[in-house]
Amino acid sequence: MNGPFDFTLALADDALVAAQRLAEWTTRAPEMEEDIALANIALDQLGAARLLLTYAGELEGAGRDEDALAYLRDDREFRNALLVELPNGDFAVTMAKLLFLAAYQLPLYTALAGCPDERLAAIGAKARKESAYHLDHGALWVKRLGDGTEESHRRMQAAVDHVWPYTHELFVADPAAPVDPATLRPAFDEVVGPVLAEATLTQPGSAWAPAGGRAGVHTEHLGYLLAEMQVLHRAHPGAKW
Amino acid sequence: MSARSAVASGAGRLSDARAAAASVVDPEIRVITIDELGILRAIEEDPTTGRVTVTITPTYTGCPAMDVIRADIRRALAAAGHPDAEVRTVYSPPWSTDWISEGGRTKLAAAGIAPPAPVPAPGVVSLTLAVRCPQCGSPETEQVSRFGSTACKALWRCRSCSEPFDHLKAL
Repeated sequence: MNGPFDFTLALADDALVAAQRLAEWTTRAPEMEEDIALANIALDQLGAARLLLTYAGELEGAGRDEDALAYLRDDREFRNALLVELPNGDFAVTMAKLLFLAAYQLPLYTALAGCPDERLAAIGAKARKESAYHLDHGALWVKRLGDGTEESHRRMQAAVDHVWPYTHELFVADPAAPVDPATLRPAFDEVVGPVLAEATLTQPGSAWAPAGGRAGVHTEHLGYLLAEMQVLHRAHPGAKW
Repeated sequence: MSARSAVASGAGRLSDARAAAASVVDPEIRVITIDELGILRAIEEDPTTGRVTVTITPTYTGCPAMDVIRADIRRALAAAGHPDAEVRTVYSPPWSTDWISEGGRTKLAAAGIAPPAPVPAPGVVSLTLAVRCPQCGSPETEQVSRFGSTACKALWRCRSCSEPFDHLKAL
């Protein structure tokens, strides 16, 4: 990554793709309250994404607004981490993704709130309050499922094992960025370690660390996600209702 | 109203505009005004053009009611003699439930929405404080889901009277 535009775009894309994935649960969550919760978290992510995309467009100075950036880029131009584009899987996978994303976004937004860039600081100060609730929600479910029945424990552990390798990409060093992601890793570990321990889950080793999202090299899953997210805008450019 | 505003003094015009904006009701919680909710941040008048600018801030970043609130403010100000009023949205400082007025809290409780507790220290989300049932007043309540019918509310249930209720969660 280089400079504030790429950094802001990466954060925006994390939030946007996470919002789209979470919204896929709408009408399909295991219970009504959870359906509403996931839609609410998706809405928070979308709110942060809109602010970040708008600012990224201004930083770029090429006249692209939030819609142009969200709907008119192809997968190679997206800068989100691979973690957020992974399919929802079962509910345990979704909760593992939510826990890890929130445990990254909370210290990220908190650090942003104190950064010299006033716009990023305002977005960080706003979004961190919402992230705290996301983290709470993800942690609650991971503990409940991990320390639940034999079957829920098995599936929660499998989910953590599946998703864990993708967390490393979130913390790849970028000393030139307004907040160097590498500095966020200790805060992430401090939160996630105790949650997994309380959930009676084993924290996976760190052998495999897939990456590429920040450089626009994605899994095949992102293309399908974008196709669904962008089709209406591309079919009816500029449509309003 | 508009005829009176047209001849009112500068200060009178601004206070009319302020009263008009402050009377706009939150579209999702219709018992409380945007002023009582604390999202109405400022009303200013350009001394040369007389154009009024209203500054608001969202409760949550993704609050879907913002477009309606902007339209309602413009409509209220147009009716008060300010057809060219501008509505500006700011994100800093971030909205806090501590900004909800005492009057607003009373109205929320009267409408069956448990008002928020004071916001805990930064970075900490405390969920241990008892939330009193807005129907029967019992502190014997439990959280059903921390996310409710709108972004700013959680769903609770009273163990005494069994009524479910919304709780505007501290932010």
